[in-house]
Formats: sequence, C-alpha cells, structure tokens
Amino acid sequence: MSAARAPGLLGSPALLSWIGVLALGVLLPFLVYPVLAMEMLCFALFASAFNLLLGYGGLLSFGHAAFFGIGAYVCGHAAKVWQLDPLLALACGTAAGVMLGVAFGAVAIRRQGIYFAMVTLALAQIVYFVLLQAPFTGGEDGLQGIPRGALLGVLDLQSESVLLGQRAAWGLYGLVLAVTVSGHFLIARVLASPTGLALRSVQEHEPRARSLGLPASGLKFGMLVLSAGLAALAGALKALVLGLAALTDATWQMSGEVVLMTLIGGVGTLAGPAVGAGLLRYLHHTLAGLGSWVTVVLGGIFVFCVLVFRRGMIGEWLAWWQRSRAAVGSSGR
Amino acid sequence: MMDIPFQALVSQAMLGLNNGAFYALLSLGLAVIYGMLDVVNFAHGAFYMLGAFLALIGLDYLPVWTGIEGLRLGFWMALLLVPPLVGLLGITVEALMLRRIARLQPIYGLLLTFGLALILEGLFANHFNSGGEPYGGKPAALEGAVDLGFMMFPRYRLFSMVLAIVVCLAVWWGIERTRFGAQLRAGTENPDVARAFGINVPRLRSLTYFLGTALAGLAGVVAAPIYTVSPHMGSEIVIVIFAVVVIGGMGSILGAVVTGLALGLLEGLVKVIYPPLANTVIFVVMALVLLWRPAGLFGREA
Repeated sequence: MSAARAPGLLGSPALLSWIGVLALGVLLPFLVYPVLAMEMLCFALFASAFNLLLGYGGLLSFGHAAFFGIGAYVCGHAAKVWQLDPLLALACGTAAGVMLGVAFGAVAIRRQGIYFAMVTLALAQIVYFVLLQAPFTGGEDGLQGIPRGALLGVLDLQSESVLLGQRAAWGLYGLVLAVTVSGHFLIARVLASPTGLALRSVQEHEPRARSLGLPASGLKFGMLVLSAGLAALAGALKALVLGLAALTDATWQMSGEVVLMTLIGGVGTLAGPAVGAGLLRYLHHTLAGLGSWVTVVLGGIFVFCVLVFRRGMIGEWLAWWQRSRAAVGSSGR
Repeated sequence: MMDIPFQALVSQAMLGLNNGAFYALLSLGLAVIYGMLDVVNFAHGAFYMLGAFLALIGLDYLPVWTGIEGLRLGFWMALLLVPPLVGLLGITVEALMLRRIARLQPIYGLLLTFGLALILEGLFANHFNSGGEPYGGKPAALEGAVDLGFMMFPRYRLFSMVLAIVVCLAVWWGIERTRFGAQLRAGTENPDVARAFGINVPRLRSLTYFLGTALAGLAGVVAAPIYTVSPHMGSEIVIVIFAVVVIGGMGSILGAVVTGLALGLLEGLVKVIYPPLANTVIFVVMALVLLWRPAGLFGREA
C-alpha cells in the first residue's frame, strides 16, 4: 500500500522517485547559492545516516557530531598533509568514522533508550576535546586550507565555470551529488533488505525478535557502524566543499541539530531527514545575521516539533496520503 | 609523578571536591526528576544557569532596570528567593509541556527539555555578555580563608561545599524517611496503585519537578560567586552531570551524591597529574564503568 515499504527497490514508483531525487539534485544549485546547495546535500546524508539509527533502530544517538567531525578532520588531514586524491581522502574520513562507530558501539550498545543518548553524548565529548587539544587539528580554528585537489588526478575540483548562467565548481558539485545520492541509495537498499526488516522487527518488539532468534544487539551494532561511517562520509564531503574542518562540526550542538533535522523532516521516513536538513541549513543561511537568536529559534522549533509535530513534514504527508487513500478505498466499495 | 608538590595535589583535590559538591547537587536533582517523571532533564543545566543569572540580576541589574536604588537583592536574599522562583518556572514547564508528552517514550522528554535549554541559553546570550560576568555579591562574612590545618582554603568555597552536602543529605532524608518521601517513592514505583491508595500522583509529579529545578537554581546561586556567570555555564556542566549520573546509576540518590563528589575529586587530581586529560577524565571513567558494569556503580539492571 505504501510506496516507501514496497520491497522492489527499483519497481516503477520507486524508480520514479529516485529519478525525481536526481532531478531535484541537478536543479538545486540553480535555486540556491551552489555552495549552500552542496552543504545541504552533505547535511542531508548526515541526517539520513542518523535516522538509520533513530528511525529504524529506535536508538537516539546524541553524539553523532563525533562521527561527522572525525570524518571532516581525517579527510582534511589526508588531503592537506598526506596530499591524497580526494576520493582516497573521503575514504580515510569514512574509515575513521567506522572505527569510531565500533568503539562507541562496544561501550554503548548494551544500553537502551535514554541511557544510549546520554552515553553517546558523553563519548562524543571525548572526541570533541581530542579534536580541540590534539597538536594537528588547529585548536579552535579548526583545520583550515584543505585543498579540493583533482579527482583521480584528472578532474580539477577547484576550477569554477559558468553553466546556464550559474557560476560554480561543477566538477565538485557532481562529486557531492553522486556521493550523496549513492549514500541514500545504500540506506534504502539496506532497509529494504532482510537485514533491514529484521532491524525494524527488533525496534518494534525486541524480546519477541530475540525469541525468534534474531541477533538484536548484533543488528543494532551493525547499524550503528554503518550510520557512523555514512555520517563521517558526509563530514568528509563537507570538509572538501568548504576547505575547512570546523570544530563546530564536532560539538554537542551539532549532535542536537541533526536530531532536529530528522525530527522536523520525519523520523523513520526515507526522505524526511534530507528534507529537514535542507530546510535547516537554509534557515541557518537566512538567519545568519541574527547571532544568538538562531539558538532560540532552533530551540523553539524543537519544542514545537516534540509537542505537536512529532511525525515531521514527510511523516505528516505520508499519514495524510494514506488517510485519503483509505477514504477513497472505502467509498469505492 | 613523584615531583608534584604535595601542597599542589592537596589544594587541587580540595578544589575538585568543591566542584564535586556541585556535581552532587545537580545530579541529585536530575536523579529525583528522572525517578518520578521518567524525564532526563536536559534543561537542568539551563535552570542552573538561570539561578546564577537571577542572583546576578538581583544584585546588579534590578536597581538599574527599576530605577530604585534600594531594590538590590544581596546574596542571602537570592539564596532564599531564587530557588523557589526557578522551581516555579519548572512547575510551569511541567504543567504546560511535560505533562502533554508524559505517555510517550522518554526520549521525547529529553528532546523537549533540550529545546528549552537552547531557548534559555540563546535568550541569555542575547542580553548578557556571552563571555560571562563576575558576581560581586559574595557576603562579607564569607570573605577570606580558613586554616584547615593542612592548607588555607577560601571560606566561601568551604561554605558552598558544606551547604551542598547538607542539602543533599536533607533531600535524601526527606525521600527515604518522611511520609512525603514514601508517597513519592510509591508514585515512582507504581503510579496506578499509588493513585488507588489516594495519593495525588499528578500533584506529586509537579512537586518533584519543582524540587528538582529548585535544586538546580540553588546550585546556580551558590556557584555564582565562584565561577563566572555565563549563558553557557549550564550546557558545559550538564553533559558532565549526565556522565556522573550514568556512572552512579540513575536509580540511587545516595549513589548520585557519592559519585558526584568522587568524580570531582578525581578531576581535580588529574588536573595536577596530567592536565590535558582533565576535561575528559569523567567521560573516560564512564566508558570504563559501562564496560565493566552496564547498569552503573549503584544502579540495578533494568
């Protein structure tokens, strides 16, 4: 009944929506400033990776900025100091996130619900202080002057050109779009797989899933590692785009912000976190002159979402769509 | 390690215990609220910050804002008035917001209070110097230092430690030994049966949130003369408090107090022995404790 749950990932409605996503990705830099568009894409991947854990594993991580931040710093270090190819630098950032995910999982996976949130928050603080104090991270300034380099030594990611009247580094934009869409495709693929279904059954009723012989802890651990890797990839991508691994990427405020992105878009929906991420980055861009008021606005949106808008934008839309389908179905009978 | 002077070690240990007393007071409030309402109160740090700012406002801003020079609230007045004031704000939050999401998963309570913390922090960062302001209202009777025999220790810090520990013990006694405490524990254990016995559980929940947030406000007032009063002081400490509570185990009140003091002491000692680790030692201890005892030191496995 619902397209989001259709098992055929490349069935015609699903295929259509993927084409739609790609089209939107191509249009985006003509709608907003291209660098902002790339930033939105990076955060979309970050939020979707986070949602993998909250929306489908039922685990609220309050430390996801650690993965995002470590991805950015390691990728930046690889590109700047080791002068690696951008793809290899991205891979280094992702690998660092995966390893960090394994470490977080070893400590936190046995704790549930509220404890999991508090433990991940505290672990992320360790990462934050390491990034603040380590000799090669640039302290409060972050890692600056990260070169974009040339993809596979051929495609220069730095050079800008004019396309249909819009000036941007189009090679870089293509890379960011390709990585982001592939990341989302991987998430959708995993969720539609038997493993993804097993994960959902664990979220719905863990004791029963265990009694059926499903390795609940192992499944959650695997999702945490996958989510950490993708979040790190998003951070690495952002570091290439902005040429900067910022300390703010690893703060607890960033961990809170990715929760908000997911919440406002729709927890447990495929498209919700990406929509929420785009909206929130756009909001940041427009409210940049307001200083501390941004924090107040974000806090207000948080309270509003929790009190009356828990399904989020995409969640509300899906619910409305299903209701109207049901109404049509019953009147037809 | 041997070449660290004994005197430095002792004085840092005492300062650490002083911080630990604040950790204890704050994690106590957090544990009380969690026990009764199933809410991890992320806004706890914000209420602590609010307490410190209300003390500062009473001293420095109230005469300016109202234009009445006589309307200046000193430290003792703030100590008396601010905690109930913060508690009243807490009750309002409980009645208007937390009650509406009481039947949902506890993570929504965490997210809601996180949003509240952002709002409070942002509002104060807008109106006050975000780098922080010193509080100049330390009472004259608590100026100077006392000789503890092994070192000289600032009189006010000693006062704050003793006050924090006395308040912690009083709250523990109130919950474990009084009729009100028994009702509170009954309401925590099984709200439905407690209601059947005629205990007004909703009012108990409001009172609990009042008590918990008032404790945070009290900690804020007492902290004001020691630390700089800054909009970010709450969010800096609340994550440490979370770690303290996870280490101690959420179930136990005495556990929260003991853990708070011990971790403050440990933090102080690490500051002398290996300074770069001072910011993170509590989180590292938390990770180690969780690997060894997932329910925390004093907690029961859920």
